[in-house]
Formats: sequence, C-alpha cells, structure tokens
Amino acid sequence: MKIKKEISHSERLYKAFIYVVLGILALLIIIPVAWVFMASVKETAEHYGSPWAIPTHIHWQNFVEAWTTSKMGDYMGHSVLVTGLALGILLVVALPASYCLARFKFVGKKFLNTCFMAGLFINVNYIVVPIYLMLNDSDKWLNSIGVGGFLLNNHFVVALIYAATALPFTIYLLTSYFQTLPHDFEEAAYIDGAGYTKTMLKVIFPMAKPSIITVILFNFLSFWNEYIIVKTLITDKELWTLPAGLLNLMQAQQSAANYGPMYAGLVLVMLPVLILYICVQKNLTKGMTVGGLKG
Amino acid sequence: MILGGSDTVAATRFFGKVLSLVQARLDGGKHFTHTAKELVSMRKNSKRTAFLWLCVAPAVILFVLFMVIPTFNVFRLSMFEKGMFTDEKFIWFDNFQTLLNSPAFIRSMQNTLLLIVVITLITMSSALVLAGILTREKLRGQNFFRVIFYIPNILSVVVISGIFSAIYDADHGLLNSFLNLFGAESVLWKGESHIIISIVIAMVWQAVGYYMVMYMASMSAVPQSLYESSGLDGAGRITQFFQITLPLIWTNIRTTLTFFIISTINMAFLFVNAMVGSSGGVADASKVTLIYMFDMKNQGLYGYSMAVGVVIFLVSFALSALVNKFTEREVLEY
Repeated sequence: MKIKKEISHSERLYKAFIYVVLGILALLIIIPVAWVFMASVKETAEHYGSPWAIPTHIHWQNFVEAWTTSKMGDYMGHSVLVTGLALGILLVVALPASYCLARFKFVGKKFLNTCFMAGLFINVNYIVVPIYLMLNDSDKWLNSIGVGGFLLNNHFVVALIYAATALPFTIYLLTSYFQTLPHDFEEAAYIDGAGYTKTMLKVIFPMAKPSIITVILFNFLSFWNEYIIVKTLITDKELWTLPAGLLNLMQAQQSAANYGPMYAGLVLVMLPVLILYICVQKNLTKGMTVGGLKG
Repeated sequence: MILGGSDTVAATRFFGKVLSLVQARLDGGKHFTHTAKELVSMRKNSKRTAFLWLCVAPAVILFVLFMVIPTFNVFRLSMFEKGMFTDEKFIWFDNFQTLLNSPAFIRSMQNTLLLIVVITLITMSSALVLAGILTREKLRGQNFFRVIFYIPNILSVVVISGIFSAIYDADHGLLNSFLNLFGAESVLWKGESHIIISIVIAMVWQAVGYYMVMYMASMSAVPQSLYESSGLDGAGRITQFFQITLPLIWTNIRTTLTFFIISTINMAFLFVNAMVGSSGGVADASKVTLIYMFDMKNQGLYGYSMAVGVVIFLVSFALSALVNKFTEREVLEY
C-alpha cells in the first residue's frame, strides 16, 4: 500500500517536471514570435526603453511606413506573383510526370526515377551561381543579336527555377502516393471509353487531392521564404520579393536604428505563413511523414 | 548561345538518349506484318507514346535545364579560370591547389564542420528526447506542444534572423535584459567571440521541432505491448528509451541524420548570410564555406568559387556516407 502511494507520488512529481520543461520550451518559441508582433506596433521612442514594456498605444504608422516608404507593398506583390506562378508551373509539370513515372511501364523509367531521386541531394545554393552565369551569358548573347536580354530580372524565370528545383521532392512525394492506388480505377475508366488524358485528369488527380495539398503546402512555404535565388537572379532591388526585401530593410534599418518599420516588415512576412499554418497544421505535420525528408 | 556551347551539346545528347530509349520501347520495335488487331493496338500504342511524351517531357526539360546542367557546370567551371570579364581558360586543378592553401578557406571549413557537429548533436538528441516524452507519456495538450514546436520550421530564415537580432541586441535585447534580471553582465551576442554560439542557438531553435514531429511519427508506431512487458520486468523509462525506442526507430534516425548533415551545411549558410554582415571581424569569425563561395563569386572569381562549391559538395557527401557507415546496425523488426 505504502509503496504504491510513493510510486504515484514520484510519478506525479515526474509529470509536473515534464510539464514545466515542455512549458518553458513552448514559451521559448512563443515569446520571441509574439514579441515581434508587439514590437511592430511600438513607437520609435519605446524601442529604446525596456524590451518587455507593453506599448502604450497601437502605432499602425509602422506598417504604413513599411508598406509604402520601405516598399514592402511592392515586395508583397512580387512574392504573391512569383509564388503563385511557381506553384502553378510546378503542379502542371510535376503531376502528369509523377503519374506516368508511377503507373506506366516504359524503358528509361527507372533511369528517370533515379535521376529525380539524385536531384534530392542537389541544393539550390550550389547551383544558383551557374544558373546566374547561364542566364547572364544568354542575356549577353540576346543583346548581341538585338533582341534584348530578358532572362535576368524576370519573375517568370525565377518562378520557373523555383518549380524546377522543387521537382525532385515533389515527384518523389507524388509518385509514392500514385503507386499506392490500385490499377482497377484506370481499367474501369478505359473500359468506359476514357482516354489516357481524361482518365488522368478526371479519375486519378481528384483522388490524389490530399497529397496535392501537401505538395502545395510544403512548396508554398519554401517559395515564400526563399531569398538566395531572388537576390542572385534579380539584380534590380525594386523587383525583389518579401524575404529579400526584408533582409535589405533589416540591414538598412539597423544602422539607421529605425526599428518600427523593420518589425512591421517581419510581421508582414510571417503573418500569411502563420495564418496558413494555423489553418492546415494537421495536414502539414501529417504530410511530413509521407515525405520523410526535407528538400 | 543560350546555354554555352558544350552545355547545349551535352544536354541534347543526354536528353536525346533518354527519350530515344523511351521511344524505342514504346514503338514496340517489331512490326513486320500488320493484322487488324495489331493495327488497333499500334494506334493505341502511338497514343500511349504521345501521352507519355507529353507528360514526362516538360518535367525532364525543366530538370535538365535548371538542375542537371548547372550541377554539371559547377564541376566543369571548377577547373577553369573564369572572371567577370575574362574568357574561360582551362587550368586543370589549379583552383583546388589555390584554395587548399588559402587560410580563409581553411577557416571557413573549420567553422562549417564545427557547426555541423555541434548542431547535429544538440538538435538530434533533444528532438529524440522530446519526441520520446511526448509519445510515451499521457500528457494533456500533446497536440498543442506539437503545433507550437513546429512553428520555427515554417518561418523564413530571414524572419528568424530578424527575431534573433531582437533577442541578441546588446542594449535592448531580450536575452541581455533577461540576464540582467539575475545580475549577470550583458553579453555581446553578435560580437566576434560569441557569434558562433548565437548561430548555434538560432539554428537549433529552428530545427528541433521539425525532427521532433518526425520522430514522434515513427515512435508512435512502436507497439505499446513492448513497453508494457518490459515495464513488468522492471525497466524504467530511461532504460526503455535506450533499449526499446531508439533501437526500433534506428533506421529512421540514420536516414534523418544523413540528410541533416547535408541540410545543416545549407542552413548554416542561410543563417550566417542573414544574421551576419558581409565584412568585418564578425563575418570572418562566422564564415562558413558556402559564404566563402558566394564571396568569391561576388568578387567575380567564378571558376574559383565553383571549386569551393565542389569541395564542400563532396565533403558533405563524404560526411553523410561516413555517418551512414558508422551508424549501421542490424535492422530490428517489430
């Protein structure tokens, strides 16, 4: 009797200890993020006081300044454009390809699958310099024949490169899903007289909706947050996307000690991602186990 | 030239070979006599061929154009002297010789390796322990903790560096004001002597949640009965963690470890790039190899910078392979 009581006592102590540790860790994540939101509505003078002081009133002017003077509005537009385009291209290209690679037999299929798998190991950071040189040389050549180079400083090209670099991960994820579907679906569709294209579009893709959503989520995050490609391939700062523009703003504001708009800019980059995350967090943490690795 | 001479040739050759292989198979190859039935199936076959081509070709073109050719170019250019305004000149392995004799390169390599070792150890062990606690214990708000711990992973590195510059600020930073509460001295977190620690903290903060969620998924597949029977035998939580949980998800740990090393090299680059300015003592103290590569590229030393790229690329693979080899264990099934 007594022993049992002791066990449950130490058990409770252990549980309490675990809660405290987890609570502290959760706070370590929540506090910095929440603090940025708070700092984004502080007045300039308040940034020099105690960092823990709560702002006396909500100073929206920071956001106005970030949006107009610091051009975050323009950057936001470019971000939406590039991310949207890249997601569109990626889906149009990757979905049919993964379907064929998963469900048809043809020579070279194994080779292609291996190539795309190998692509998982190639990181953008290495190849962005050759891509830059390739586009730069092509622009020079286009200029020399009088067409006018248009490949650098082009949002569409950036979107195309985003899509291309996301292909290995996306194809890997989609193929492994398509492989799990039974072949009966297609056979039934063929017997009903549907062609290959119709079967793919009307029968298979609707079934793949959950993994398509996972693909969109992961790639949205990586496209929205990306800045190395943008900073390298877009030499005109006016055309940058949010993270690149924000980095620029951060480096400028820190020397000018104009913190308000900087934190407002941070909030502008974070907010869409956080809202999306809150809506779909189940999909995201579940989908992760499908992929099992990070692109 | 759109791609530069040799690339176009290489690309066409590669691409042509892949597709001719595909087509050879799809055409069937042997149509000497054509019965009606065969004609029908041939028409079906050519339709199938056209469909497959249409579906696979765009992906292959994009992949070859923006991944295969650039990767090939990283290796090719590493053996050339190529500047911003000068033409390419083949110089064999001179670039590699230069960089092995460059103290800046050696320093950047040491920083990279240091970051890999420290961050891998801290992130992996804490992610495993946290995942073990969250899956094994019946806790309230389990889902809440999972959702919160995953947040840093969805934020841009730029945002994280912004958050941490607020934390690390010398005068009105969160960390220093917290330390001051306990009477500790303010620390120059972004100064030369502390920058590496600061980067490690930020990177661990970012990565732990992701791996925790991943390990939680694989740990929840371990059958409960194993814990129950070992519990009856008197095994405590810690024993169970080391004797049951870890061995049973070992395959998963190995895979993530291999990818983690490669990803840490890239993340370290992104973090240092966003958190540290481009010049000065702090930049030197925290320089990682990929930063060095971009520095050289910005100076117009394209060939040399690609040689740096090749070395770090190969080192990351060698490290992953080594880790993979050393963590090899008999696969346990349950």
